[in-house]
Amino acid sequence: MKARIHITLKNGVLDPQGKAIQHALAGLGFDGIEDVRQGKFIEVALAGDDRAAAQRSVTEMCEKLLANTVIENYDIEIAD
Amino acid sequence: MPATVIVFPGSNCDRDVAVALESAFSRPPAMVWHRDSALPPSDLIVIPGGFSYGDYLRSGAMAANSPIMAEVVRAAERGVPVLGICNGFQILTEAQLLPGVLMRNAGLKFVCRDIELRVDRADTLFTGGYRRGQVIRIPVAHHDGNYFAADDTLKRLRDNSQIVFRYCDRDGNVSAEANPNGSRDNIAGIVNERGNVLGMMPHPERLADMALGGIDGSPMFTALAGALAA
Repeated sequence: MKARIHITLKNGVLDPQGKAIQHALAGLGFDGIEDVRQGKFIEVALAGDDRAAAQRSVTEMCEKLLANTVIENYDIEIAD
Repeated sequence: MPATVIVFPGSNCDRDVAVALESAFSRPPAMVWHRDSALPPSDLIVIPGGFSYGDYLRSGAMAANSPIMAEVVRAAERGVPVLGICNGFQILTEAQLLPGVLMRNAGLKFVCRDIELRVDRADTLFTGGYRRGQVIRIPVAHHDGNYFAADDTLKRLRDNSQIVFRYCDRDGNVSAEANPNGSRDNIAGIVNERGNVLGMMPHPERLADMALGGIDGSPMFTALAGALAA
């Protein structure tokens, strides 16, 4: 199994890197960009096939290390 | 008892702070490697600056979960003074000994220069060598020094007078122009509610000897040595 984890900045947290990317895209001539937010993608390969247990375990990983919940949200997808 | 400096892979101010501590405490600090799981008896724990674990994932995140940090958290809960400088501040927030988080600088650039700080609390264990309102010059050197805390946390920090240092201009004005990294409220350093854990982005150990070009950082170490010897 694989856990795919998206970590994104919470609404209201400024994202200067996202803003820089937005400006760079505008500089390349891409019009109509309203906003860019940068995040992280982490893939964790897991032994076993208990999806509920995997969900619980990866949630704990996010809370303890992978995300800083002061500024970040996380979203977990368990895939085969 | 000697002071203790925690050393992580990627720490690079551990020796600088050891020199400043030795000068103030008249004895060298114990240097403790991050994989150790026991702390020597100590009056003061210092988490130095640097780039522990290459700043992987988030600055300070890996170090906050290393074996020795569980001991540092326990010591802090017992009331042992803990000082985190730069990466040490980042580690203390990741270890949840201090609230908030240090994000990428608003200007996205690594900032490495002397800046002015206003001392807003001179009554802590760490800042007894300064006067309230005093403007001191201390170097910063960081990429992730942009202090962020949610509104309710920031209000709590203000209400409890936990903000110890603010970025300011030479006259002590706390202004947007004097803010090198976008920190909320120009926050450069905070203390926990109990008053025994202080985190700051600027580097007092880098201006603690005239050979380094100034001594505005010295009072922090001499005040600590005096307070802890008393």
